[in-house]
This record gives sequence, C-alpha cells and structure tokens, in this order.
Amino acid sequence: MTDGLPLGSSAGLLESLGGFVKELRTAGIPVSLTENLDAVEALRHVPLEDRDAFKYALAATMVKNNAHWKTFETVFEVYFSLRGRQYDIAGGDDDQAVEEAIAGLLGARQGDGHGSAEGLTNEQLAEMLFRALMDGNDPMMRAIARAAVTRYAGMEPGRPVGGTYYLYRTLRQLDLDAVLKRMMEQTRQQASGGPTDLEERLAREEYEHRLDALRREIEAEIRRRLVADRGAEAVAKSIRKPLPEDIDFMHASREELVALRKAIAPLTRKLAVRLARKRRHGRKGPLDFRSTVRHSLSYGGVPADPKFRYPRPSKPEIMVVADISGSVAAFARFTLQMVYAISSQFSRVRSFVFIDGIDEVTDYFKGNEDIASAIHRINTEADVIWVDGHSDYGHALEVFWDRWGRDVNPKTTVLLLGDARNNYHAAQAWVIAEMSKKARHVYWLNPEPRSYWDTGDSIVSQYATHCDGAYECRNLKQLERFVEQLG
Amino acid sequence: MSDAPATRFESPASVREGLRRVQYLADEGIAGVVFLAERLGKPVLVEGPAGTGKTQLAKSVAEMTGARLIRLQCYEGLDESKALYEWNYKKQLLRIQAQRVAESDGAGNGWSDIEDDIFSEPFLLTRPLLEAIRAEEPVVLLIDEVDRVEVETEALLLEILSDYQVSIPELGTVSATQIPLVFLTSNNTRELSEALKRRCLFLHIDYPDLDREKEIVLTRVPGISEALADQVVRIVRSVRSLELKKAPSVSETLDWARTLLLLGIQSVDAATATETLHILLKYQSDIDKAAKDLAASAT
Repeated sequence: MTDGLPLGSSAGLLESLGGFVKELRTAGIPVSLTENLDAVEALRHVPLEDRDAFKYALAATMVKNNAHWKTFETVFEVYFSLRGRQYDIAGGDDDQAVEEAIAGLLGARQGDGHGSAEGLTNEQLAEMLFRALMDGNDPMMRAIARAAVTRYAGMEPGRPVGGTYYLYRTLRQLDLDAVLKRMMEQTRQQASGGPTDLEERLAREEYEHRLDALRREIEAEIRRRLVADRGAEAVAKSIRKPLPEDIDFMHASREELVALRKAIAPLTRKLAVRLARKRRHGRKGPLDFRSTVRHSLSYGGVPADPKFRYPRPSKPEIMVVADISGSVAAFARFTLQMVYAISSQFSRVRSFVFIDGIDEVTDYFKGNEDIASAIHRINTEADVIWVDGHSDYGHALEVFWDRWGRDVNPKTTVLLLGDARNNYHAAQAWVIAEMSKKARHVYWLNPEPRSYWDTGDSIVSQYATHCDGAYECRNLKQLERFVEQLG
Repeated sequence: MSDAPATRFESPASVREGLRRVQYLADEGIAGVVFLAERLGKPVLVEGPAGTGKTQLAKSVAEMTGARLIRLQCYEGLDESKALYEWNYKKQLLRIQAQRVAESDGAGNGWSDIEDDIFSEPFLLTRPLLEAIRAEEPVVLLIDEVDRVEVETEALLLEILSDYQVSIPELGTVSATQIPLVFLTSNNTRELSEALKRRCLFLHIDYPDLDREKEIVLTRVPGISEALADQVVRIVRSVRSLELKKAPSVSETLDWARTLLLLGIQSVDAATATETLHILLKYQSDIDKAAKDLAASAT
C-alpha cells in the first residue's frame, strides 16, 4: 500500500508538512524551527514512496521524547494517511471489489449461490475473520477490517464526530469476545491431549494481541475515511488527546489511567535520581584538608585544587494524609506512588487514608515493593468508612489529630491530599492550625482546578489559610513539580 | 563494506542488510535513522529501556562499516579533562625543571620559549572526543549513558555534535577531517537538555516485537530449536506485560534461552519456567510476582 500518497509535488508536500507541524505543536509536542528544517532536509534523502521511511524520518527529526510517540503517530495517520476515492464514506465500487477479493482469497468455499453482486453474508464475513485471526493472516485481516467498517459503522458524511461511536458500532457487530472464546476452543481441540495451562495462556495472549491489532486497524480505517470526508485539520482537532503528563487526574478515562500508570514509572525514577544528585551537590561544605593535600602532590605540592566535604543535611519525615473517596482516588494513588518511589530521600514516610473515617496504611507499603498491590490493599482492607462513606474532612482530621497528632514533630512535613469537598460537615480547621504549629511544613494538594476551589461544598481555603501552601495538582506535570521541591 | 566514506549507505534497506550481516537485527526504524544520520551528518540520540541493544547498535555499525569505535563512558563528575583533552601537567613540570637545570649550567632560554613549548602537541593528552575528531580513518564515536553527566557538562558536547570541532585555547580550533558517526545512548534517568536534543536525531529502541525477538534468539543462540525459541519469546512477552520493577531485557532473554539449552530442555512448562526465572528477573519481588502469575495460569 505504497501507491496512494497524496504528495504529488514538493510544494504539496511542504504544505502538508506545515499543517502537520502546526498540529503537532497544538497537541503539545515542542517542534522547534531547526527541527522543522531538519525534517525537510531529511525528507530529501528518503524515498517518498516508502511510507515507513518517510514516517521515521519525520519522527527522528521532530519527536524527541518517547512519551510523545503515540500522539505523533495519530497525527501522522491523519495527515499522511492514504487518501483517495476508495475511502469515500459512502462506499464506492471499490468496497465491492474488496469483498470480491476476499471471496477470491477464500476460493472455492463460496460456491453456494451467493454471487459477488450481493457480496458476502455477515456470517461468512465473521467466519473469514475468525480464520484470518487463527492463521495470523495480516493482509486478510486488513481487508476484513475495511469491509467491516463499510458494513457496520454506518458512517454519515459531514458529521463532526471523532469516530469513537463508529468504532463502537463496528466492534459490537464483530463481537470480538465471542471470537476469542471460539479461538481458544479451537486451540484446545487442535492440541493432542489438550494443551498445558502454560500453552493455553500463551495462546490466549497471542490471540489477544491479534485482536488488538484488528481493533487498531479498524480505528485507523475509520479515521482514514473521516479524513477523506472532512479534511485533516478538522479530524485532528476532534481526536486531539492530551499528552500523558497533561491528563487531568479527576477526569481520566480508563484508557488514560493506563497511560498515566505507564508514564509515572519513568517519571518517578527520574525524580529520584534528580533528588539524590541535588542532595549530594547542593552546597559545598568545609575544606577537606587531607584530600586537598593528597591532590596537591600532582601539582608539585601546590594546593591548586581544593577539595571540600559534602554536608549531609537531615532528611525530612513525610506524612501523607489522603482522601481516597471516589472522585479523587486516582489522584491519591499517583501521589502515594510518587512519594513512595522517592522514599529513600526521606527519613520516614507514613501514610494515612480517609473518607469519613481514617486509617494508617504505612504497613501496606512495607516489605512489599510492589505499589500496585499496596494500592489494592488500601482499597480493600483499609478501614476508612465511619458513617456513610461520604467524605468528611472534619471528622477524619479530628481523629487523625487524636491518634497520631503527637507523632507530628518539627521534622515532619505533612501533605494533605484532597478536594476539600466536605459535604457540608464541620470543617474543624483548628486541627490544621495546631498541626502547622508543630510540623515543619503543612501542604495542601488539590486535584481540582483553582477556579473551582471554594465553590459548592469545597472549603479548601478554610484549611489553606493555616497551611504553608496550597497547590493545584491536576496532572503529572504539576505533581512532579511539587514533589521535586519537597526533597 | 569499504565503500567511499562519503556515501557509505545506499538506502535504509541496505543498512538493515549490512547490520544483519554482523548479527544485529534492526527494524525499519533503527535502519532508517542510522541511514539518515549518515546522510545528514547528524548524531543519533538512542534512548530506551536497559538491555535492548543501544550500545550494541553503535558497535555493530562500527563493525559493519569497518570503522574504529571510540567510546566515551559517561559518569557523574565527568569533565573536559576526561572527555576532551588535558595538558600533561607532570610532563610540563618536568620540562620546566629540566630547563632550570639547563639555566644553572649557563645555557639560558627565555620563558616564552618554554611557554610555547609546554603548550604544544607533545604535552597534550587526547581524550575520546578529541581523538574522534582528529582521527584520519573513519570512526564511530559512542557516547555511552549521556544522561549520567550533569546538565552543565552536557554543554561541552554541543560544539562537537553540531560543528565537529574542538576549541583548545592554547592551540586553536581542531576541526574534523572526516565526519564521524556519533551515537549517544541514554537510559532516560533524566531529561536531556533541549540544546542537546535539538542537535540529534532521536531513536527510541523498545523491546522488539515477537517475531524480531525470536529471530534474535535464533541468530544469537546457536543450536536452539525454533519451537523452543518461539516458546521462550512468548513467555518473555507474557512476563513483560506484568507490572514489574525491571522487565526482562533482550540480553536476559538470550541468557535464559542459553540456560534452557544447556539444561537440555526441549519444551518449557510452568515448573521449569518458574525454576529458572531468576535468570530473567533480577529483583526478588519481581521473581515472586512472576512465579505467582505463572503458577496461577496452571490452576
């Protein structure tokens, strides 16, 4: 499929490239002028009819961060996808041709009266899909994906949608869960004496992989048709998604949460390294006499290169008090994960979670280096419900102060996480006032945008007046910035 | 592969073919970027998880083109005296002392003669970067783990990477006689500066997909049966999909395949896999998790 590039002349190419770069920038990928020029220069060296080479040339020169790759790929698909009459939404003769080709591939099996004029029945298409998936037959799968979109998506020209709805409609008709089930059954039957459990598991993973590929293919197909219908700019705008570090904690979809989880691991690793370096190189200490004399020997006894001792400042102790009620649970999870990932920078980390009751969960993180299972234990075992399971900051803070207040000392930094939506209970802000008298610092982190603070039942400023600072932490970027200044 | 150095590569496909000949299986992305790097005369910044063949890529390209590999291992505290050049203080000191002895014998030369003398070639210690610039024959320069140096030290690379020259105040500017192929690798422990990234082509090497990894196992582990290789890479993929502290790298896959071969195992079952997991994974918590997961599939 290398013949359909819409780039006849170099002027057309430059124009497409201009729009492409503009869209990348709008999506948040920083593409500098030199990088843009490099890309143009690079394109002179790759054969334009080689789509992959074209794509990698653009990626290598413009995308310098792997977290941005997915965004790049989507935008690339939109701007440089195959275009032409065969992708018209209405479905032209070519779709008929595709189905005929599929029938041809299938060979003599189609001799039962269904002429090519009527095309295949839905059952036959499903059967072919099943066989293509079983054999891992990629070209066939792509052809079927196209046919399926034509048939099931019911695309209408001119509708300003992003394509999720079309995707949903197509997938519902194909019923991939049932296909997977059938594939597994087939595998069980084929293996002599039944497959071992490990084999079965590996087979399942392979099939799921292929189904994912099919899903992506369908999605790409829908996108291609949308582009053909409405033009690249409009489509790019309607499918634009935030970069992982810009995803809003409070409104992340399931898919975005997965992306967040993937993004946070390298981020915390980087943060830990950075903080460790900062501690070592932060300030210079007193002269190290012994080392200086030792090094002066290579300069004939002249102390040309004075050496210093590095100071070892005491590490702070951290207490995290997090609201884990539904709306802010994801935020609490990521903050805890980040704090524990850099726990070597602190002398001690203790964590508490609450909804309307409060419980200490420090032990869940001990000896268990796996953050995911600790989070799971918090969600299932922690005793955080007192009356009705609606956030009650006042009560939770009061109990915290009663039971653990004496552990707060001048070395402690307290982090309070939550949106402070108190369901109109008593605020008990005096707890925070007392706390900030005893603790080294008290910070409030709020996952809501600042403009929502103190609207409705949010009482964040009643608490914030007693804190050393209240911060808006809506996404990983803001969270990372805050955590960095803690260490 | 001893073509004229001006155009060493004809097309991405030929790069891929050449790398295959030295037993490095590149995918289209890798081959494409290496090709462009040579054509544009730009350094390549290679990023990705540990053990996916970033360093090996530079070595293989050197082997393929028959160029000399010059390697600069980066570490915290690396400075220009270790990366670029250094004056040989001890030799300079001896030179000055020898002069004094000569003077006391009555044969006096002026200080300016000495100065000209001690800041000249014989007293210069070349370090990897300068060496790569001054090399007459084709070289591949590998700057390994560039993310380990501090941000300030990065700046010292910039002149080399964009202009292929080094300025030495006492001697003047040394320009490259030929443009070396430069590879920088990074494990991404910190964000590299914009200035550095802008000068480089970016290449992210991820874990290879199933087919490519299988091919790698088959090339790198002689004597392994195709069925076993297939099973090995599939189990590795399965283990990688877990949330681990450190996912198994390609080199660990190869180690595991070799071990299984040595043990004379024809086909891996859950029990063997669990017993030999410590070759694939290096953290106890990861091993426990994967063992539990593999066992769970057996119920």
